[in-house]
Amino acid sequence: MSFSPLCGLLLRLFLRIRRWAMVTMPPNCKLPGSNGKLPPSLKFCKKAKEPLNVRSCLRRWRRKLFYLWLVLIVAIGIVWFLVGFRGRTLFGEIKSSDICEDVLMEHLNVSKNQVRGLPSPLGEWNQVHHSEKDGFLIDQCPVPSEGFLNKHGLLKLEDRLRPLVSQYKTLNTIKGVLGARREENYGDLGPTSSFLAKRCWWAIIMVILSCKIPSLCLKMRTKRKQEKAVQLESTTQPPKQLLLQQRQQQQSPDPPKRAGKWRKKLLILFILSGIVTSIWLFWDMNEKISSRREETLANMCDERARMLQDQFNVSMNHVHALAILISTFHHEKRPSAIDQKTFSEYTERTAFERPLTSGVAYALKVIHSEREQFEREHGWTIKKLGWATKEMESEDQTLVHDSNPGNLDPVPEQDEYAPVIFSQETVSHIISMDMMSGKEDHENILRARSSGKGVLTSPFKLLKSNHLGVILTFAVYDRDLPPDATPEQRAEATVGYLGASYDVPSLVEKLLQQLASKQTIVVNVYDTTNKSAHIKMYGDDEIVDTGLVRVSHVDFGDPVRKHEMHCRFKQKPPLPWTAINASVGVLVITLLVGHIFQAAINRIAKVEQDYREMMELKSLAEAADVAKSQFLATVSHEIRTPMNGVLGMLQMLMNTDLDATQMDYAQTAHASGKDLISLINEVLDQAKIESGRLELEHVPFDLRSVLDNVLSLFSGRSNEKQIELAVYVSDKVPEVVIGDPGRFKQIITNLVGNSIKFTRRGHIFVSVHLAEEVQIQPSVRDKVLMHSVNPVKDVSQRSYDTLSGFPVVDRWKSWEKFEKFSGSENNYRTEENRSVDVLVLVEDTGIGIPFDAQDRIFMPFMQADSSTSRTYGGTGIGLSISKCLVNLMHGKIDFVSEPDRGSTFLFMVPFMKCGENCLDVKLQDSNPLVLEFQGLRALVVDKRSIRAEVTRYHLCRLGIYVDEAQSLKSACIYLSQSPKKSELSGYAMVLIHKDVWDAESAAEFYRLLRQPQQKSSKEALVDPPKIFLLTTSIDPSERIKLKLDGLIDNVLMMPLRLSVLVAFFQEALGNGKKKVGSQKKPSNLGTLLKEKRILVVDDNVVNRRVAEGALKKYSAIVTCVDSGQAALEMLQPPHNFDACFMDLQMPGMDGFEATRRIRTIEREVNGKILLGEASVEMFGKSGGWRTPIIAMTADVIQASNEQCIKCGMDDYVSKPFEEEQLYSAVARFFQSG
Amino acid sequence: MDALQLKRQLITFTELLFREGFLDEQFHQLQQLQDEKNPNFVVEVVSLFFEDSERLLNELAKALDQQNVDYKKVDAHVHQLKGSSSSIGAQRVQRVCIVFRNYCNEKNVEGCLKCLQQLKHEYAIVKTKLEALFSLEQQILAAGG
Repeated sequence: MSFSPLCGLLLRLFLRIRRWAMVTMPPNCKLPGSNGKLPPSLKFCKKAKEPLNVRSCLRRWRRKLFYLWLVLIVAIGIVWFLVGFRGRTLFGEIKSSDICEDVLMEHLNVSKNQVRGLPSPLGEWNQVHHSEKDGFLIDQCPVPSEGFLNKHGLLKLEDRLRPLVSQYKTLNTIKGVLGARREENYGDLGPTSSFLAKRCWWAIIMVILSCKIPSLCLKMRTKRKQEKAVQLESTTQPPKQLLLQQRQQQQSPDPPKRAGKWRKKLLILFILSGIVTSIWLFWDMNEKISSRREETLANMCDERARMLQDQFNVSMNHVHALAILISTFHHEKRPSAIDQKTFSEYTERTAFERPLTSGVAYALKVIHSEREQFEREHGWTIKKLGWATKEMESEDQTLVHDSNPGNLDPVPEQDEYAPVIFSQETVSHIISMDMMSGKEDHENILRARSSGKGVLTSPFKLLKSNHLGVILTFAVYDRDLPPDATPEQRAEATVGYLGASYDVPSLVEKLLQQLASKQTIVVNVYDTTNKSAHIKMYGDDEIVDTGLVRVSHVDFGDPVRKHEMHCRFKQKPPLPWTAINASVGVLVITLLVGHIFQAAINRIAKVEQDYREMMELKSLAEAADVAKSQFLATVSHEIRTPMNGVLGMLQMLMNTDLDATQMDYAQTAHASGKDLISLINEVLDQAKIESGRLELEHVPFDLRSVLDNVLSLFSGRSNEKQIELAVYVSDKVPEVVIGDPGRFKQIITNLVGNSIKFTRRGHIFVSVHLAEEVQIQPSVRDKVLMHSVNPVKDVSQRSYDTLSGFPVVDRWKSWEKFEKFSGSENNYRTEENRSVDVLVLVEDTGIGIPFDAQDRIFMPFMQADSSTSRTYGGTGIGLSISKCLVNLMHGKIDFVSEPDRGSTFLFMVPFMKCGENCLDVKLQDSNPLVLEFQGLRALVVDKRSIRAEVTRYHLCRLGIYVDEAQSLKSACIYLSQSPKKSELSGYAMVLIHKDVWDAESAAEFYRLLRQPQQKSSKEALVDPPKIFLLTTSIDPSERIKLKLDGLIDNVLMMPLRLSVLVAFFQEALGNGKKKVGSQKKPSNLGTLLKEKRILVVDDNVVNRRVAEGALKKYSAIVTCVDSGQAALEMLQPPHNFDACFMDLQMPGMDGFEATRRIRTIEREVNGKILLGEASVEMFGKSGGWRTPIIAMTADVIQASNEQCIKCGMDDYVSKPFEEEQLYSAVARFFQSG
Repeated sequence: MDALQLKRQLITFTELLFREGFLDEQFHQLQQLQDEKNPNFVVEVVSLFFEDSERLLNELAKALDQQNVDYKKVDAHVHQLKGSSSSIGAQRVQRVCIVFRNYCNEKNVEGCLKCLQQLKHEYAIVKTKLEALFSLEQQILAAGG
């Protein structure tokens, strides 16, 4: 009924789930990087995460499987539930139907069909109620459609019930009874449902556990594996290929394979259990159905037997009553009140009371002595029963044949006779026959007489009707006998016998017609007194064996006679469709789910296989990548060596006496060679970034000093090209940040280098701000920033308010982009307050980038057009590297460019703010000499506010207060108007840019400054302000002329940077302790290394000697030691070495270790100095100890360079020495230090 | 012989040495380092090289002669030799050293022994050549060139 649609619904649901699973699987399991190309930012360290990725994918999968399991279990639970209920309700139905029938039978003459029709809707009604309960259960599970179905079912049922309502009304009388029954049924069902629910929950819990445990095991296993791998990696640091191998081992395919097998086993187990469940279900339901059938049969059979018995007894009682009637009216009345006529009439009229008897007769007990008298009285002789001479068994035949009593013989002599004197009309032919003469009747009579009860004969064929019949005999006594009377007493008291013949077949027929379901069962009645030979009393001869037989005993009141009723169904039992449906349903569901699982498992296996293949491919690719970079490193090394030769030779050539043309050729060749070397380095860098092997440092560094370094690198070139170069860092930018200084410098170097390359006039301006500064109100903004955002055109002067007065591009557009970028990241940044976004802007007034080339400017080896490289040189790889680096730092780079106006590159990178542990860096990087100028005041006279601002920035770094004036005139006015003269003398220096310089106003200004000194010589103690001229370029003659004029104290060359400023001021203000060498362009190594004390550490005597020779050539004072240990001793502060050249590979203590230790010692000593604990001699050098250590290395592979820097070395030179390289390495320390 | 001829001979000889790969750029550099302050720089360095190399070769022979070869030691020696040879520009010795180190990493005794023989051979050649070079220079000096 309601089961099959439910089943169908479940099936559909499963199909849908399956489809869903199949559809959703592939995108989820798509491997990262499966699109063929590995993302370039992929790092080695990320690799470890990838298996995790896949694993998480698998886990997701497993979760899906688990959900499937859950759904499946719920479904099975529901099926189970329903099946259980069905069984229950069927029972209930039968029970209630039986009860109803009984009740109705008792109370009403309602047709049986009607009665039977009633309970079935009731049963349905019950079911509906139960399925509502189901619905409640189901609602808890995520299958909402079930409830809907129930509603439907209810509606339908209501329709069906409507016609029944009228029936209900007619059956009002029994309603109450039925209601009570129904409630009983409910009571029964309560505990059953809770039991089922419990079973369901247990099953679900089991499934959850079985799902969780293996996944846990897997997790544990992988965890252990990973730990092992980590240990392996941490203990040894094998070469990369070995590492790769290890990774491959780590990703060994074992666990997934095992898991796959395990999964398959589980699947098989699941399917087997499903099959077993379905078989069990079938068996169980079939059993229930057959037992129900049996019970039905038994009920019916018993009922029939009882009814037969009852009816027989009723009729027997009537016969008994007749016997008493005869005894009363025939024997006790004298004369008898009954004669044949009366008897026959009476019996005829009361025949309805004995519907089953074909006739009754009364025989008198006649003793032999009274025979004659009796015969006389009646006028006939006692005749022998027509069949007496024949055999016993032929009695029935005789009864059939002898219809004519006249032909019968008189009975022979006997002790007793029992001649029939009265008989019903139907059997009047037996009057005068002696019942004692038949053996059967004789026994019967004797038994009846002695027992005083009705006695039955064995069945025989009745006369006329030709039906089988039995004769019931009652003895009639002449007086009331006590119940415990002996047989003799009874025999003596006997006066006659009343017999009644029963027509059994018609009896049974009638009975069966009264009962319903006559069609369904076959009834046979047997006399089983003789156990070996049953005598059939009713029923068909041919018995179709339909399996079930029910035997009910029938008691007809004669203890001697035994009767049985055999009932069997007419038809064989129909196939148990319910059971078949349920079990097939379960089987189908199991198979379907199994199919889903199998598909899933296959998919998992396939994904795992793919994953493994991909990992293999990945490792292959990585190996290839490693090989590629190794190849690159080797090749570059191989190229470098001969190139060094070429360059060295060229250098030597240039040192010789050459004419101008030759010199030009040599210089060009040298420059090209150097370009080639730098290109190789860049390619190496690019390769490294692309292979993701570039790892960023996270060290605290001073951003401003990094910029100073960049400036110093380019100051030469910018001066040559007469380009103004300036650096400005906003006050808001923290002094020390954490990041990768080398890479940061590289980016800026690339950008500035690029700008310098393409700029012929104007300026290059590097400004650094925080990204936040751009977002705040313009009024609060930094001056420089304001100018950059809103460039003001000074129309009157026909120039722009930029660094050099040349127009620059409007970079506002680009800033807007960045604002968006930083805006979206804003929340993130405020959360992590420790990071700052540093915005660097490199602005130039160069040739700009053509619009059509702007979108490919960051592609490697792409320049605006091929002619560019011919004109300006370079490969165009620098920008690409910069972009990669910025991306690597999680920053963003962009540019705005306009042809013939210039370009502005800006990038933003996040750096970590530095905590307290950065004091070290500050100490190391900030020059202590800065303190010397703390608190001084300066006046800057410059007409370009940005340039003035830049100057101010540099002076502020030295702690100098700065006032600004637009021109000399305004400065004069300002000075003369100041109320106190001390105001003037407060200035330690006046910086005047060459642009605003003109002799006249300068002279006036000079006078104004010097006047107070001349007037009051008492104040001579206070130094007059020094006047410096700021300029980008100046030719020597002009310089001398200016100096001779005496108007200025000195000329300060732009670009400004800290070290230059310090040196310059020290010299100019005359309070410098240290003699600073030529502040500009130390022409060669000779001057740079002259008189420097240098320690050379090398274990190889030859190398040592060569290094010594090389350094001595540049007039350095060289000391040699042969081990790291010795170097350590030599460099124990205080010492007087200016630098140390250290070999890396040495027995005992290698260069790295020695450097590390030296740095540790230096830090300790510095700490002591800071705390004032150290003795005075420790102050040999002001500003703490930090000996420059330069590594000497044979192979110039980048990795070892990085290692050098990491362990505290300052630079490296390749062995054997090359002059240029040596120079560039040493210059950093001896020039700016 | 007069100095000019000797000088020409010296130049040819040096060129030959370079061409045949006995010496490389580094030797030039060494010669560059020699000046008035260091008149015997090259000879000094090269004789240092000879001493060092002979010591190392002996050490190597000893080390490889043992039952259990200490490859670390051998490697260190070869590294030293490689460093010194590259410093004076004895290119061929240096190359053999590289091969030697590879064998050493593989722990291949036979390869090592073969390399040692080769090293000795190369060393002997370079020594003779350099000595010849120096004697030529001496002669030039003696001849007043």
